[in-house]
Amino acid sequence: MSILEIIGGILILIGSAFLFLGALGIFRMPDVYNRLQAGTKATTLGGMSLVLGVGFLEPSWMLKSLIIIIFIAYSNPISSHALARAMYRRGHYPLIKDKDKEKMDAYREVVPHKTKEEEKS
Amino acid sequence: MKNLTFSEKLGRFTVSWIFLMLVWIAFTSTFASQELIVGVFTTMVIALLSVRLFTCCTISIFNPVKVFWMIWYLIIFLKALVESNFDVARRVLTPSLPINPGIVKFKTKLQTHYSKMVLANSITLTPGTLTVDVVGDTFYIHWIDVKTTDPEKAFTDIAGQFENILLKIF
Repeated sequence: MSILEIIGGILILIGSAFLFLGALGIFRMPDVYNRLQAGTKATTLGGMSLVLGVGFLEPSWMLKSLIIIIFIAYSNPISSHALARAMYRRGHYPLIKDKDKEKMDAYREVVPHKTKEEEKS
Repeated sequence: MKNLTFSEKLGRFTVSWIFLMLVWIAFTSTFASQELIVGVFTTMVIALLSVRLFTCCTISIFNPVKVFWMIWYLIIFLKALVESNFDVARRVLTPSLPINPGIVKFKTKLQTHYSKMVLANSITLTPGTLTVDVVGDTFYIHWIDVKTTDPEKAFTDIAGQFENILLKIF
């Protein structure tokens, strides 16, 4: 076991731990926006650390894995932003626990809509 | 898309050529002369075709002061990314699921599309926030634990540290 293999193994372990936490977050969170939050952050750092670990295990792939890390860091937040925006415009409004629902959802001024309580009354 | 002057086009073309060449070298992982010659021509054609669409900045991006701020931005960003992962881990592993979600908005002083994109992506990867939409200079942010709905305070809480540096770069 060389030192590079040990570092690579530890990085892959950290990456898979964060990916597991992200999956658990997607399972536990109550609505689509909170699920995206957990999913995006955990998969970004988890994936980056995993690919970097592969780079350490196989040093000739190091530059390629760095390029992949840059692509992950660019594309992951863009995809989650596109999903969140599409979900809101499709009519899946965020869960709000606070009593003042009007104030807590600032995006209503762009996409006007009624909440379920207002539709009933 | 605004019309670019010739010098702007030349600057953008040079920047994208250099970056594409770096990516080419990283992918081939070699300095063999055949690879480099093919790379120079391929990346030149791609840079020529995409000069109006993708390139963000002119040659001034290699100014040492800007490079310093870019590296500083990277350090702050990586710190925020690690913090946000531990934040997610803490929320997910707490049995009572401590969240108070909502959408807040704030205005930014950034002008160019590219800098707004960088700010929006950074916000998505920092603790507890997710960019839902950018309309003009207004950002709409889904916040997993809303501390304030006041735009000014939300701005300093979420984006203050990033925007100060981005204003120095772009």
